[in-house]
Amino acid sequence: MKSVLIVAEHDGSALNPSTAKTVRCAQALAADSIDVAVFGSGIDAVAAQAARLNGVNRVLSVDRAENAHPLAAVIAPQVAALAPDYRYVFGPSTTFGKDVMPRVAALLGVGQISDIMEVLSADTFQRPIYAGNAIVTVRAPADGPIVATVRVASFRAVAEDGSASVETATTDATLPTHTRFVELQSDTGDRPDLQVANVVVSGGRGVGSKEKFDLLYALADRIGAGVGASRAAVDAGYVPNDMQVGQTGKIISPNLYLAFGISGAIQHLTGIKDAGTIVAVNKDPDAPIFEIADIGLVGDLFAVIPELEKQFGG
Amino acid sequence: MEKIMVCLKRVVDYNVRIRVKPDQSGVVTEGVKMSINPFDEIALEEALRLREQGKATEVLVVTIGSADCQQQLRTGLAMGADRAVLIESDHDVEPLAAARILLKMIEKENPDLALLGKQAIDDDCNQTAQMLAALWDRPQATFASKLEVNDGSLRVTREVDAGLEVIDVDLPAVVSSDLRLNEPRYVKLPDIMKAKKKSIETIAIDSFGVDTTPAFAVTEYAAPPVRGKGIMVDDVAGLVDALKEKGFSL
Ligand SMILES: Cc1cc2nc3c(=O)[nH]c(=O)nc-3n(C[C@H](O)[C@H](O)[C@H](O)COP(=O)(O)OP(=O)(O)OC[C@H]3O[C@@H](n4cnc5c(N)ncnc54)[C@H](O)[C@@H]3O)c2cc1C
Ligand SMILES: Nc1ncnc2c1ncn2[C@@H]1O[C@H](COP(=O)(O)O)[C@@H](O)[C@H]1O
Repeated sequence: MKSVLIVAEHDGSALNPSTAKTVRCAQALAADSIDVAVFGSGIDAVAAQAARLNGVNRVLSVDRAENAHPLAAVIAPQVAALAPDYRYVFGPSTTFGKDVMPRVAALLGVGQISDIMEVLSADTFQRPIYAGNAIVTVRAPADGPIVATVRVASFRAVAEDGSASVETATTDATLPTHTRFVELQSDTGDRPDLQVANVVVSGGRGVGSKEKFDLLYALADRIGAGVGASRAAVDAGYVPNDMQVGQTGKIISPNLYLAFGISGAIQHLTGIKDAGTIVAVNKDPDAPIFEIADIGLVGDLFAVIPELEKQFGG
Repeated sequence: MEKIMVCLKRVVDYNVRIRVKPDQSGVVTEGVKMSINPFDEIALEEALRLREQGKATEVLVVTIGSADCQQQLRTGLAMGADRAVLIESDHDVEPLAAARILLKMIEKENPDLALLGKQAIDDDCNQTAQMLAALWDRPQATFASKLEVNDGSLRVTREVDAGLEVIDVDLPAVVSSDLRLNEPRYVKLPDIMKAKKKSIETIAIDSFGVDTTPAFAVTEYAAPPVRGKGIMVDDVAGLVDALKEKGFSL
């Protein structure tokens, strides 16, 4: 038995792209089959979307009121109840997967491999440590399930051209009531999601204020880009936390990353190492970001952005 | 709340430039600065603030590691922790083993809250708090950026990819801190002097009867691929040309 169970991430109406990326990683395992489990409430559309993911054999839809919100304490025992049929239990290395999967692993009495960036063989993987400053090769024990999270920036999403079967699944796991969802505060507009955007425009402390971030939004809208930020910009209150890029924010892999007024601290660079092309604009010629930028321009972002906007899209 | 247990890990200071050893057997840790894991310092700060606000009575700090960890426990005491326990181990423990040991400490100490960091910046595992909560069969609130104590429960704001999620968890519970939970205090010299007099309880890791042998084999450490230095352009026109050359038409 060498099959894979993937815990899907979704927002109740659509799959998160991290699921399709986790499937891509699972394909490298050369397993017998790949199943995707969807936990939620009223999730027919999500399950149908999961069934279209290329390479997936079966979708298990676990539809119950308690699963309306992604609470790790509620979902983990259900994943653990499904796990005995599988050699691999994988989830995405997003805040959802990071929350749920270690709880699953502990319930199964096994350790977890966090942030798989490459599959070397059926039991050997590469993962980053020290904020990506070292890459280790890790071999899992021969027996027991291999529970892992997948570093989504390392894998391309599989296509949505498959046709897996969807089955309704139930587990007899007792679900706790000690953890209760209150609300989700989310003010992401209709700009592309950072984790899938082709182009990301990003600002740091150098942008100077919440108001001045409008310059970046305008540039991003002009070219259909997502907008990111450094931790300093988030801490200063210029932008909400979900825009933070880096070790403790989002790890992203756009084709093009444009950084304005970001110095290039190691924790920030961790988040953009997989970007195709990195452009940096900073008024300090010694800013460390120039050491990794593919294209660097020493200059004042307030002069550069308006000029760029004129040249782009027009 | 009465007791809060804060878990501290000793790690290479976040300012140190990490280098992989030439023989790929590990990263260079000899002679580098060691500190409390930054997220754990934040966890401790939160516990101290709760005590100072009268919402908790005792703050206990616990570390699993070598005798050298006394240094970080001293810093914890200097910040204001009431007691410190070193669970001495001569080898690194994986998150599951750490969680199993920490559960033993919980059974011994009966805290109302276990506060951990969301991740240790050496192994970057981001597992221990969740595993501890699972083994303890209690709630978990990971990536916390705000804590509010209510009667018998906590309201926790969590930093998630979609924004900020608010959940209620009954006590006892496990909480893991994110960076924006607070800004840790600076330790003052007199506090460091005072902390020198406090004693640190040491427990041998084997006395818990938990198997802490690593389950995973780490066979190689490699330096990450380096991104080569690119080009510098003089002005916006140069930037647009360079982008075009790379195939971007924006
Ligand atoms: C455990 C830990 C985790 C962390 N995680 C993250 C993370 O996930 N993401 C992250 O980003 N950081 C993270 N950090 C913080 C990180 O170390 C840096 O403090 C942060 O990235 C700095 O942000 P910044 O570059 O915007 O600010 P600064 O370092 O202050 O740089 C601002 C830059 O703007 C430039 N500038 C100013 N004005 C202008 C102008 N008019 N035009 C052009 N340039 C201008 C300046 O020259 C300077 O280089 C973490 C830190 C720790 C300890
Ligand atoms: N050896 C240890 N001693 C004490 N606490 C630890 C230890 N290892 C991990 N922790 C706690 O668990 C958190 C997460 O660690 P990790 O799962 O390794 O990323 C850390 O921030 C600490 O609070």
